[in-house]
Amino acid sequence: MAPAPPETLLLTMSGIIKTFPGVRALDGVDLEVQAGEVHCLLGQNGAGKSTLIKVLAGAHQPDGGVITWRGEAVTLKSPIAAMRLGIATIYQELDLVEGLSVAENIFLGHEPTSAGFVIKGREARAAATALLKRLGHPEIQAHTPVGELSAAQQQIVSMARALSHDVRLIVMDEPSAALDPDEVDNLFRVVSTLTADGVAVIYISHRLEEIRRIGDRVTVIKDGRTVAVALPAKETPTREVVALMTGRNVEYVFPERPAAPPSADAEPVLRVEGLTRTGEFEPVDLELRPGEIVGLAGLVGSGRSEILETIYGARKPTAGRVLVGGAPLRPGSVPSAVRAGLGLAPEERKAQALLMLESVTRNVSVSSLPRFARIGWLDRSAERTAARKATRELSLRPDNPEARIRTLSGGNQQKAVLARWLLRGCRVLLLDEPTRGVDVGARAELYAVIRRLADEGLAVLLVSSEVPEVLGLADRVLVLREGRVVHRAPAQELDEHRVLDLVMEGSPTP
Amino acid sequence: MKQPASEAQQGGPEAAPEPPVLSASTAKSAEEKGGWRSLGLRLDVRNLSLLGVLAALIVVGGITKPEQFLDTNNLQLVLTQASVIGVVTVGMTFVITSGGIDLSVGAIVALSSVWATTLATQQYGFAGILFTAVVVGLGCGLVNGLLIAYGGMVPFIATLAMLASARGLALQITEGKTQIVTVNSVLDLGIPDSYVLGVPPLVLVFAAVTVIGWLVLNRTTFGRRTVAVGGNAEAARLAGIDVRRQRLYLYLLSGLCCGIAAFLLIILAGSGQNTNGNLYELDAIAAAIIGGTLLSGGRGTIVGSVLGVLVFTTITNIFALNNLQSDVQQIAKGAIIVAAVLVQRRTMRNGEA
Repeated sequence: MAPAPPETLLLTMSGIIKTFPGVRALDGVDLEVQAGEVHCLLGQNGAGKSTLIKVLAGAHQPDGGVITWRGEAVTLKSPIAAMRLGIATIYQELDLVEGLSVAENIFLGHEPTSAGFVIKGREARAAATALLKRLGHPEIQAHTPVGELSAAQQQIVSMARALSHDVRLIVMDEPSAALDPDEVDNLFRVVSTLTADGVAVIYISHRLEEIRRIGDRVTVIKDGRTVAVALPAKETPTREVVALMTGRNVEYVFPERPAAPPSADAEPVLRVEGLTRTGEFEPVDLELRPGEIVGLAGLVGSGRSEILETIYGARKPTAGRVLVGGAPLRPGSVPSAVRAGLGLAPEERKAQALLMLESVTRNVSVSSLPRFARIGWLDRSAERTAARKATRELSLRPDNPEARIRTLSGGNQQKAVLARWLLRGCRVLLLDEPTRGVDVGARAELYAVIRRLADEGLAVLLVSSEVPEVLGLADRVLVLREGRVVHRAPAQELDEHRVLDLVMEGSPTP
Repeated sequence: MKQPASEAQQGGPEAAPEPPVLSASTAKSAEEKGGWRSLGLRLDVRNLSLLGVLAALIVVGGITKPEQFLDTNNLQLVLTQASVIGVVTVGMTFVITSGGIDLSVGAIVALSSVWATTLATQQYGFAGILFTAVVVGLGCGLVNGLLIAYGGMVPFIATLAMLASARGLALQITEGKTQIVTVNSVLDLGIPDSYVLGVPPLVLVFAAVTVIGWLVLNRTTFGRRTVAVGGNAEAARLAGIDVRRQRLYLYLLSGLCCGIAAFLLIILAGSGQNTNGNLYELDAIAAAIIGGTLLSGGRGTIVGSVLGVLVFTTITNIFALNNLQSDVQQIAKGAIIVAAVLVQRRTMRNGEA
């Protein structure tokens, strides 16, 4: 934790701010990387990791903050500028040209040429072979088309490409996501080779055990802020790291639970029986009664969003069924689920829920159009009035039905999605990370709205990667680990530590 | 934190007596805005600039060939020529608004026009020709729609395949010959005697298709769903819209428009030919795009598309009157497409940043 000696300090980012319309993605992030280290960047989905590395790669321009590179303040105006300084980024979706050979990909854009334009193919292949050998992969042939290589091999080619520039820092965005365990071992060997040469690596992963294996230091970001700088990767207890990722930097007051919880023998409105999707989650059973909020807690990859989307019909189950009010839904059919009274507020609001070019009204009414229509003919004033009633009930701001949805803050966009289902008159609300991308200040209001909807008789199934959110808002909690429900209990009988143990170990500690 | 919730609840029923005054006035102002729009008078910058282009063209036509250009017969001719491609463009506007594309419209017009003018079909007279043109158009649209919506094919490829096959089939039917129409009740619709207050029936059909198209796109659930699918197909799906069925309907609609256009073309030409509708797909796409419909989907304007069609047809007419070759016409068309899209980009940036 002591400041690194200046000669090994490679990169400092301090107070980085990046705002997009409606959301502040980075709200003062600090990061400090030394030459020759593997620096791990940890955070939940949406914490701001991707935005941060795009700033570092020159793909986004920060709105505030200072970047210091080898002792000098720099601005990274473009990806090329970042590359010239020696910063290379390997994205999750590899940016290789499949039809070109390994050597052509490695030297794409800076091919060795004679007379300025004739590519010296032999020289490029020789240099490529040398780079691949240095990375410990002489078996990859320089003339092979990249499309014929495995995902792991393509990753090596990406790294060779980075090394073909005079690179001092390689950023790897979830490099292990698409790899088998032994390919991961191989990746780690390559990373060690790089760091031995003095190259620094920023390593992004959700897998904590990997970070323990190859990381030197860890920076944790959450809600666009750095919550822990340069923790020693090997010594910091896993629980502490997870608590930093999933915990709260602000204490919230959650809405009170109703005095009389729905009785256990009340008729469930949603019943899930043995729902399964091979490879994603094992059979799930659950029941949801009107007025109750049930939380699904789990880390990324635990199958929580997949379960929600399968209940909703957006994914087709391998086995099992979903009943609403006793009647089974057609498997894999969203219209059937919506007709039965299900509503989903998906995880990726912009990509999965909103019509970004449209007004608030049209975003709210999109699921209830037939209600405002006679033989297809829309009564637009009825539509506007009803949509406005729904948005007002949720105190959506601004109170302007014609406002473009893209100009709203994240919290108000989420309210528009909730208003959509309120207007539709749904019975079961499925919420996937409802406070993702919502400003910290606006969350409490959203919690109050969700609780009020439950009090008014809705059944709510809530997925969140923030343990305190699940514990604070839900009445009952199902804990998921690797696609399996490992524990169920009333929220009041659980605490954060217990849940953290469960999501990590799968078995309660005594 | 129970506070905001209960407050909001109070804000609903209990505080009711006061807010209605407020909401009534705001609702009224919204209604007024809606009123302007419902008259279609909310001409945005795009439409205004296209209207400006059209006005400029009319001035150019009036100056260079005052007698011929402003002659009633010539204006009737321009509008008649615009009718055939115009009907196709209305269908195309729907497809593009939904994020799709239909490259097969010209070929469908050709196939419909020759199928509807075979000797066998002509035996059934007016009804036989109209029915066949429409059903062939719908049939081609159905195939496109099934391949795209349920077969998972990319619209570009599916409709490209339809383009090739429909043209081939049209050639097979005609064996390259022009099929003269002998049904008088059809031909009569093309002569001045049939004009209603000086407006040719073809133009009336075009006007009707335009009005219906505008109403469907802006005032019905079908139109709203089309825009939603084009704006964000995944969001539309998760909002409970049957995206595949909507796509099927959209290509059916485009096919229907092609069938109607084929019938108009039969009246206009007095024959069916396998070379009919050549490059209509490009003209229709260009007209829709310069009109302001987003090629990426999510926004479409029928008024803009019709203005686009009128601009292109007027150019063609002026150039023909001035004895300029079609090569110059083509270059002018290209320049207009580029200019219109550049203007649009600018207004988009200014208006929405």
